[in-house]
Amino acid sequence: MTTETWRPSASMMALRERALLLRKVRAYLDVQGIMEVETPMLSRSATVDVYIDSFATEFSPIGHGTSQLCYLHTSPEFAMKRLLSAGSGDIYSLGRVFRNGEAGGRHNPEFTMLEWYRIGMDDRRLMDDIAGLLSSVCNFKEVRRCSYGELFKEYLGLNPYTANDEELSQVVSDRVDAKLQGLERSDCLDLLFSKFVEPNLGSPNADVLEGVFVYDYPATMSALAKLSTNRDGHQVASRFELFVNGVELANGYHELLDAEEQKKRFEEEQQMRQERGYDIYPYDKNMVNALAHGMPDCAGVAMGIDRLLMLMLGTGNIADVLAFDFGRA
Amino acid sequence: MLEGDPCSIIENEFVKPGKGQAFNRVKFRNLMSGRVWERTFKSGESLEAADVMDLDMEYLYTDGEFWHFMMTDGSYEQHAASKEAVGDTIDWLKEQGVYSVTLYNGSPLSVSAPNFVELQVVETDPGLKGDTAQGGSKPAKLSTGATVKVPLFIVEGEVLKIDTRTGEYVGRVK
Repeated sequence: MTTETWRPSASMMALRERALLLRKVRAYLDVQGIMEVETPMLSRSATVDVYIDSFATEFSPIGHGTSQLCYLHTSPEFAMKRLLSAGSGDIYSLGRVFRNGEAGGRHNPEFTMLEWYRIGMDDRRLMDDIAGLLSSVCNFKEVRRCSYGELFKEYLGLNPYTANDEELSQVVSDRVDAKLQGLERSDCLDLLFSKFVEPNLGSPNADVLEGVFVYDYPATMSALAKLSTNRDGHQVASRFELFVNGVELANGYHELLDAEEQKKRFEEEQQMRQERGYDIYPYDKNMVNALAHGMPDCAGVAMGIDRLLMLMLGTGNIADVLAFDFGRA
Repeated sequence: MLEGDPCSIIENEFVKPGKGQAFNRVKFRNLMSGRVWERTFKSGESLEAADVMDLDMEYLYTDGEFWHFMMTDGSYEQHAASKEAVGDTIDWLKEQGVYSVTLYNGSPLSVSAPNFVELQVVETDPGLKGDTAQGGSKPAKLSTGATVKVPLFIVEGEVLKIDTRTGEYVGRVK
């Protein structure tokens, strides 16, 4: 290690931009009457999402007592839903989240996430809300809003809702890499989308951040979103993402309210983690209980603030917008 | 090792959708053919490591078909490199000079020169006396057969320092 690693990875200019951005984000949300909340970063439960790994640590009581396994949160989602169920009204959280193993390029194992929930909104109205927030903090312009299916047809000539698993594997093998084996349906879709669709979403523009909202994700990629039926009668997830200059910037849902369905999805994901030999984390039973108690109909979104800053400053490297990236942390 | 050939990684991009499987998009150069291409792997997948070693060796001589090198580790082990393996480095090969030889399965795959070599001028037109400040240049043939551009004041028999990456004259060696 050279002695130069004491220096910040971002320029002072970038850090001033970061401070200004955080101020503007809070100002917008405060004016909207959304309450800022802080939730536990350290929790006894974790996300069971198949492809998100948590950092684990131990709480050891001083003197005596058994130590407990704890996890750093990968998003404030579960705790925020418990607040919503307890009657908080609209809320937002702006802070660090942690994801194990994700480092390099656009990824840092800890990053700043803005997450907010609007009661009574569905995914479409929340997209308007996001466009409103972005327009007030940077030079943002929504250039397109379309379904996942439309984009897949446009760039790959495939229907992602109806194509069978064999067809998808075949396209991956023909167009991405013939040796890629054993991919699940969602993995194939993700891979094709990230290679052939994503780079075209929101053209690079130095002055304006051009945003494309993509909605109606395939039902297999629903995560914590409600399921619904689209115009053509296909079952889809009420989930959307926002892309700017080919970069995934935000992910939102019309939130699932059904406690039983939520529990089933958590258990299925734990099962998938087990089959793949990954660590199996305990899911948040308190959150399922909160849904059982009753969470108001709402939509929520998580946005990567470092990513937003990267787009505003025109860099593809997250280290350029962090005081100290993981390599210097 | 990919498709039976040793390769070097030129670029490795980590691709991870927020909620999806992580992939690595890797750009390779095939060390045998020089071909560059891209592959996609699931993150965490492993590849066979190529049995490739870079070793310092002293250049001995050529028999016209092979260029012979000897290990500098005291073993006196010799290796014969083909014309393809020597490649453009042929311009900078000087007897008793030390070069980096890449061995694959025990035989030389490529030979690379140090960034700077010192070579003697064997042929050049006489320069004009006192013309040192003018910055003109002329060709000079070196002991290896390579021709480089040198300042006008350089005369035959002088030893020059050459940058092998650009093939440019750096200075005189006193």
